[in-house]
Amino acid sequence: MSAAKGRPAKGTGKRLNIGAVRSSFAPWNDPAATPLVRFQGVTKRFGDQTAVNDVSLDIYPGEFFALLGPSGCGKTTLMRMLAGFETPNAGTITLAGQDLAGIPPHQRPVNMMFQSYALFPHLTVEQNIAFGLKQEGLPKAEIAARVVEMLELVKLRPFARRKPDQLSGGQKQRVALARAVARKPQMLLLDEPLAALDKKLREETQFELMDLQVELGMTFLIVTHDQEEAMVMADRIAVMREGEIAQIGRPEEVYETPANRYVAEFLGDVNLFEARVSAIEHPMARLTAAGAPDGFYVLDDDCPPAGTAVNLAVRPEKMRISLEPPPAGTHNVLSGEIWDIGYTGDWTNYIVELPGEKLIRVARANASRIVERPIGWDDKVFVTFADDAGVVLTS
Amino acid sequence: MRSPKAAGKWPRLSALIPYAWLLVFFALPFLMVFRLSLSDSAVSIPPYAPQIDWSAGIDGIKAFFAGLDFDTYKQLGSDSLYASSYISSLRFAAEGTVLALLVGYPMAYGMARCKASTRSLLLMLVILPFWTSFLIRVYAWVGILKPQGLLNAGLGLVGLPPTDLLYTPAAVQIGLVYSYLPFMVLPLYAVLEKMDDTLLEAAADLGSPPWKSFWQVTFPLSIPGVVAGCLLCFIPMVGEFVIPDLLGGPGSLMIGRSIWMEFFANRDWPFASAVAVVLLLTLVVPIVLYQRQQVKALEAGT
Repeated sequence: MSAAKGRPAKGTGKRLNIGAVRSSFAPWNDPAATPLVRFQGVTKRFGDQTAVNDVSLDIYPGEFFALLGPSGCGKTTLMRMLAGFETPNAGTITLAGQDLAGIPPHQRPVNMMFQSYALFPHLTVEQNIAFGLKQEGLPKAEIAARVVEMLELVKLRPFARRKPDQLSGGQKQRVALARAVARKPQMLLLDEPLAALDKKLREETQFELMDLQVELGMTFLIVTHDQEEAMVMADRIAVMREGEIAQIGRPEEVYETPANRYVAEFLGDVNLFEARVSAIEHPMARLTAAGAPDGFYVLDDDCPPAGTAVNLAVRPEKMRISLEPPPAGTHNVLSGEIWDIGYTGDWTNYIVELPGEKLIRVARANASRIVERPIGWDDKVFVTFADDAGVVLTS
Repeated sequence: MRSPKAAGKWPRLSALIPYAWLLVFFALPFLMVFRLSLSDSAVSIPPYAPQIDWSAGIDGIKAFFAGLDFDTYKQLGSDSLYASSYISSLRFAAEGTVLALLVGYPMAYGMARCKASTRSLLLMLVILPFWTSFLIRVYAWVGILKPQGLLNAGLGLVGLPPTDLLYTPAAVQIGLVYSYLPFMVLPLYAVLEKMDDTLLEAAADLGSPPWKSFWQVTFPLSIPGVVAGCLLCFIPMVGEFVIPDLLGGPGSLMIGRSIWMEFFANRDWPFASAVAVVLLLTLVVPIVLYQRQQVKALEAGT
């Protein structure tokens, strides 16, 4: 289920405020809005390998759009076709209504920030930033002024005369960014922009990029394999798999209402239960599953008719773990034994073995410092989850 | 167990090897030639004087040093033939280097753009001429350029008038460019092959058409290769002897030939040595200047 179908996403009222800064921004739901970029039936083959297979995708002005997927899923190829470095075998790509076919990279009004940064080693920081402006033949004074503006933007004024190999990784990343936005392109393409940074810097830079996007009012398309990066920054995410789009949606949608098993498993951790629909009692559905003696009682959104085999997906943090049996009549109760415990400080991950040797993962936020009776290895535990915690997946 | 101290000595010792090499094969021979250039020509064996008279002890050594003078250099300065010979050598070498660059750069660039498998084949073809004697390859050009040679036969076939290139400066130039081309191509290829293609994509992305990207990105980044190739061609070209001797006529005066004439035709070893020392000095100056500039560029970079 997705918002595009006109129904509110499941759990709309309760969802976490990820990306909620711009939650009112949803041009993709507005039939009157015109996309900035349209991929229509785009296919790209390298030899007998299909890197991108019949992808259609709209990106709207002002959007921060992420292409997310494992390496080799075609996300970079899709972006390189937009930049003009690859030519699609089939389909069209339009930018602001103009068909890009046959337009060489140097004439496209988009700029790209390369994964390796691709800074010119023989030029200084300011010459690198001025490179694109020089190609436009702007007057010298104007170029100089814009370079200063860009240096201020990325806080690199004191480094203007340095060569790239005298900069740290984070500084290079900012030069690459400044160089790519200096021409004020209609769209900025970012190929794994944070992959080379360490974790701490990566988190800081995520927010800097988001601020910058708002400040410049530019459309950003980012390619990443890091789901957290995509979730934090993007307005919408296209999850890709083997050259095709598995799901497009807001970060909360792809996480909380995955369209299929692939998306559910690619984004975060998930427990999957093989189950069968036994009855639909709108708005609820009953499922039977091995290991759950009382079956499951879940929302019937997108639930196929009774008798169908499905998967029930429940995220670890949406499960509750307890040493005491829940009161009688509680839905969705599982009992098992602690198999392993992973303590990460803010969270504790419990691996619970259900009857039939099925392992599930339950995550608990360590909200209190003092715990009356901590859970230990081989403890008998009860795991429960709310009626709206699970998602029924048919594919 | 090996102590760290013992292990630490090895790097220092191995650093001495190049110095020892330079001492034995460059500094000592140079000193010998220099000493020869300060001597006078004599009808004796060896054909120069003074010699050290070891039997006279310290007086013999004193007499030897008293016998050394700079006469050969004065003679060299007073004879305009040698000045013009140096200038003509430098001009031949400079023109040859520029021509080799003009021919070699597109070759190296084309090779670097090829598929990896084709590249190694082309690389081998560039090195292949080294498998035959240099002398024979230059002789082959006599066969090509002589009036009834291959070139004129080919021109005749397409109905063009024959040319007489052999024993002209142009023949020397052809020989120089042909012989030294690999020394230009190889360093250029090494630089161009390593070039990151993403930089060209970045240039295109920033609005630079391909031909402009070449001048803005590829060429500036290949300058170390250009400099290395030019030095590798220029330096040996200046002192080249075989090519002007086989392909050149009286009009293509080069200093290598002058040295040969002084040594073997005139048997004036001291004078020939003086010519050689001056040649070396003219070459050392540009090399040192280039090194200084490189060091400065490196320092400015840090």
